[in-house]
Amino acid sequence: MKFGVIRFPGSCDEVDALAAARRAGEAVLLWHGDRDLQGVDAVIVPGGFSYGDYLRAGAIARFAPVMEEVAEFAREGGLVLGICNGFQVLCEARLLPGALLPNTSLRFVFRQVELEVADAGTPFTRACTPGQRLSVPVKHTTGRYYCPEPVRVVLRYAPGQNPNGSHDDIAGVCNEAGNVFGLMPHPEHAVDPLTGSTDGLKIFESIRAHVADRVAV
Amino acid sequence: MRARVLVRPKRGILDPQGQAVERALPALGFSGVSGVHIGRLIELEVEDPAQLPDMCERLLANPLIEEYEIVEDASVEAPR
Repeated sequence: MKFGVIRFPGSCDEVDALAAARRAGEAVLLWHGDRDLQGVDAVIVPGGFSYGDYLRAGAIARFAPVMEEVAEFAREGGLVLGICNGFQVLCEARLLPGALLPNTSLRFVFRQVELEVADAGTPFTRACTPGQRLSVPVKHTTGRYYCPEPVRVVLRYAPGQNPNGSHDDIAGVCNEAGNVFGLMPHPEHAVDPLTGSTDGLKIFESIRAHVADRVAV
Repeated sequence: MRARVLVRPKRGILDPQGQAVERALPALGFSGVSGVHIGRLIELEVEDPAQLPDMCERLLANPLIEEYEIVEDASVEAPR
């Protein structure tokens, strides 16, 4: 399978995302100004500070030409994974419900957190078991998820681990159809024993398994 | 026309910036301050002010978490 990782001006985690995706399949970089998704099976909107996060985090990136293609790709059922700033971009683009607010602490948080898989039935978590714990780092200032409507929660911070004050300890959500997923923690930084945890691989392996099934059908 | 858009956190949404400032003021001896909220000020020159609400809904504010107030004819302030 082939992953596509978007690079915006101001992205900073696209190289790690690319390396993580390559542990599960092929991966290519997609430039924000291009309209060609290069036939990828899944799109990753990576972390960073797209377009300087001017106005609000993710608010400008959603107007990138490539995002029009991503929206169309998502409408057709394509898998889209937004990590950190990518999650913010997907919310601003209304591909996911809700919004990200500044952390309650008003501080940048950077630490390893324990996550609990709330929904193991999504294409992004199918390699996990319900309730499974994943150790993955977070690093953000604007990660307090808020949504006035009920949402499909995929990942929660384990009790006592919520780093940003998000509603209901939400760490990651998907859309109703389940093909667009956003999370604040960084699975792409937890794929090598060198950095303490390989739990993030579960996300990339889940995507690979989902795409393999789809191709088989 | 010069217009001004004031964007602030929606009522009911925790505003830690406002709270931090509210707690800081008494430390300087200013008492009796409450309800502090911190938002954004956007000044812009527009040909058609009728478009302002749409601009706010679609870009200048995120209506899910923010409310906005449009001040038309903010020309009293000299352009920089």
